[in-house]
Amino acid sequence: MKDLSSPQVLSVEGLSVSFGKSRVIDRLSFSVGKGRTVAVVGESGSGKSVTSLSIMRLADLTGASYDAGRIVLEGEGGEFNLLDLTQDEARKIRGKDIAMIFQEPMTSLNPVYTIGEQIAEILMLHNGLSREAALAEAAKLLSLVRLPDADAMLKRYPHQLSGGMRQRVMIAIAVACRPKLLIADEPTTALDVTIQAQILDILRDLQAEMGMSIIFITHDMGVVAEIADDVVVMWKGEKVEEGPVKRIFAQPEHPYTRSLLSAVPKLGSTEGQDFPYKTPLTVLVDGQPELVGETRVQDTAQTDGAPLLSVRDMSVDFDIKKTWYGRTTHYVPAVSNATLDVYPGETISLVGESGSGKSTIARTVMQLVEPTKGRITFDGRDMAAMNLSERQKLRRDIQYIFQDPFASLNPRQTVGWSVAEPIRTHGLIDNERDTKRRVSELLERVGMPADVAERYPHQFSGGQRQRICIARALAGKPRLIIADEVLSALDVSIQAQVINLFMDLQKEEGIAFLFVSHDMAVVEKISHRVAVLYLGQIVELGSRRQVFENTAHPYTRRLLSAVPNPDPTAKREREPLSGELPSATRRAGDRPATAVYDEIAKGHFVARH
Amino acid sequence: MAGFLLKRLAQAIFVVVVVTLIVSVAVRMTGDPALIVAQGATDITEADLERIREGLGLNEPFLKQYLATLSGLFTWDFGRSFLGGTEVSTLIAGALPATLLLAFSSLLVSIVISIPLGIRAAIRRGKWEDQVIRILSLVGLSFPNFWLATMLVLLFSITLHLLPPSGMTGWATLVMPALTMGVILTATNVRLVRTSMLEVMQSQYVMVARAKGLSERSVLYKHALRNSAIPLITFLGLQFGGLLGGIVVVERVFNWPGMGSLAFDAVAARDYPVLQSVIMILSTLIVMVNLLVDIAYGLIDPRIRTE
Repeated sequence: MKDLSSPQVLSVEGLSVSFGKSRVIDRLSFSVGKGRTVAVVGESGSGKSVTSLSIMRLADLTGASYDAGRIVLEGEGGEFNLLDLTQDEARKIRGKDIAMIFQEPMTSLNPVYTIGEQIAEILMLHNGLSREAALAEAAKLLSLVRLPDADAMLKRYPHQLSGGMRQRVMIAIAVACRPKLLIADEPTTALDVTIQAQILDILRDLQAEMGMSIIFITHDMGVVAEIADDVVVMWKGEKVEEGPVKRIFAQPEHPYTRSLLSAVPKLGSTEGQDFPYKTPLTVLVDGQPELVGETRVQDTAQTDGAPLLSVRDMSVDFDIKKTWYGRTTHYVPAVSNATLDVYPGETISLVGESGSGKSTIARTVMQLVEPTKGRITFDGRDMAAMNLSERQKLRRDIQYIFQDPFASLNPRQTVGWSVAEPIRTHGLIDNERDTKRRVSELLERVGMPADVAERYPHQFSGGQRQRICIARALAGKPRLIIADEVLSALDVSIQAQVINLFMDLQKEEGIAFLFVSHDMAVVEKISHRVAVLYLGQIVELGSRRQVFENTAHPYTRRLLSAVPNPDPTAKREREPLSGELPSATRRAGDRPATAVYDEIAKGHFVARH
Repeated sequence: MAGFLLKRLAQAIFVVVVVTLIVSVAVRMTGDPALIVAQGATDITEADLERIREGLGLNEPFLKQYLATLSGLFTWDFGRSFLGGTEVSTLIAGALPATLLLAFSSLLVSIVISIPLGIRAAIRRGKWEDQVIRILSLVGLSFPNFWLATMLVLLFSITLHLLPPSGMTGWATLVMPALTMGVILTATNVRLVRTSMLEVMQSQYVMVARAKGLSERSVLYKHALRNSAIPLITFLGLQFGGLLGGIVVVERVFNWPGMGSLAFDAVAARDYPVLQSVIMILSTLIVMVNLLVDIAYGLIDPRIRTE
């Protein structure tokens, strides 16, 4: 990758890092040219984050030891090894020559200090500015990251800003001292796609203006294709491949890179197909990629009969502010007048950004939230008219799988206990021996060996835990599974496996899925029908093909254009994106306008705009 | 914030009314003060007792007596003690400052010791310093306050002759009572500071502060400490009640002329006016301290202020 035309800013040479006895990075070498962006790609556990923390010399503060190698930074007075510095010397480099942006914008800023204070702090520290000068410079930086009304923004606190705004403040802090190298560790992973697109734009512009180099840590190949000049692929602590971005995507050499790229869902991959279809997975067998599984059209939806679930004119309000005697003055219409059917064997996806109401619909169907108005019928029966025992029975027919597999299993109980819980709750099997057998069956069904039942959740990876959660959901023989962002915490290769598992379950048991997701590419791959939500209203509803190929609502178009395309040669055609979602809070009595729909093709409904 | 404080104020008034009501009722069920006033007189008749009751105002309806006491909070007139007839307000004017001095000195001792130790234990987690601090805090927790007080007196007054054993005659006499109360509070507070600092030190913004190149000192004292203060302040507010309770014992041991001593004697004598007033003032004090805690939240954490 040595680009001789541009001098190197940083080179990592044979770096090995370990925590205690476990080696997390093994003989890693790569270099970053001046003004270039190097993407370090890998899945969880690949060592990519430890690499960035080692360059910052923050890894040793959290207990890492540098076993071998050098990290060489080009300075004014020649090059020097960052690993030779004491922490006191490293502090003078950190934040000044090398700066870093972290993954979680919601927790990266100190909640008790103003934005201005947190930006000014670094300018006073490294550039010796007075407080007034630092605050003036901070206002300029805020305009640079395109935050409106910079002077007012300085006085605000982090909790008053959205995630996207906070991440821009983080960028302002990082570039405050005009660093030579910016390390961005998954900076957009926690953000919505439209916000992600804005952040990537800002980073690109700042780089052009300041001439800094960027190390961009990510697991998202779409983002890599958008922003990187060079790519370093990491796997289990080692570099398996590096090269210019176009070469990596066009001719990946290492089997791991090939399997990684093939697992990435690509927007537009099912163009021209009426149904979603299952595709084989590329898995590494003895270090060689192999295709596993069949290609199968997923024609499981039984749309001629009656719908399994039907939601009519459903609204859900959340009270935000009350007077002291309890009258609501402000509320959020989380869902307004949603109308939706789910047929047996069908997968219908709810897509939208955070705050769009997609999870609220799912939770209301699950009876976790009471609807404010509207009717939900399951299997032809009105949910509101059901008595307690019928409602309890419904909790068996409808199962919910949550986003975070780490938090949704009881850490103090065995996996087998958790999987058996619905069986016991609903009294499905009355003796221990048969329950055990059923649990083994369920675990095998989701691709886990039956003997894991005796083990505890912390002994499993995220993907394995999600499988266990799926096994638990299956225990009650559900007819509808609500999958709420179940893939977003998983690596792409694991995502692909879980998608295929869902498709198999649907094929064999005729289960319907209500699939809640923000990931358009995954939605395209898995859905029969799609509902796009914006600020609590369905703006477009139709078959997958209708919504993705004959996109009719401007918001859907905007959402689709923001999705990064995992193809570095593709030209970026993007709707100009700016701004944030407007606030959804309303005064009591102020109802949002009821959407009026046009049916532009059979089953394709679009809200008038 | 203003609405929030108004609500808290209303709650505070309610608490004071309920506490004093319970005390006033309870104390009247424990015996006749007229008998205690008449103690020593051998040829007492029922008519005499009735006269005494009349003189003490005990024949008035309960509600009237109670409201008279409650109004003392505003008029600073709590009536006269059944024993000796001194104005209760005079008794309290002497005892309240002594108790406040002792209570706040104890809190100060506890804060001054527990914050640095707690931080030290957190940043040296699992190392020997952490172990020593944790063991010491457990030892501190296990001391009953009267025992610790007695030991201090034995050591510093009887053996070393460094400090006066009792009374309130200058700064030297404050040392042992404040230390006794302070050490016991410190034991719990150290653990609280440690846990809360450990949690904050794991947070992303501490990593960001380090990534800015700030010194470990700035990271700890500027970025971490203020965030870990909320649980500590909450606990200090709750502790204050226990502190005033504990002070009764410690005041007895050190013969400290505070509200505790006053209350102790008043209970024994069924001296309603004194007892009711003391408890009313102490409960008002506890409620006020917790009101201050609520205000402190707002000052420390903008998320609460702007709610």
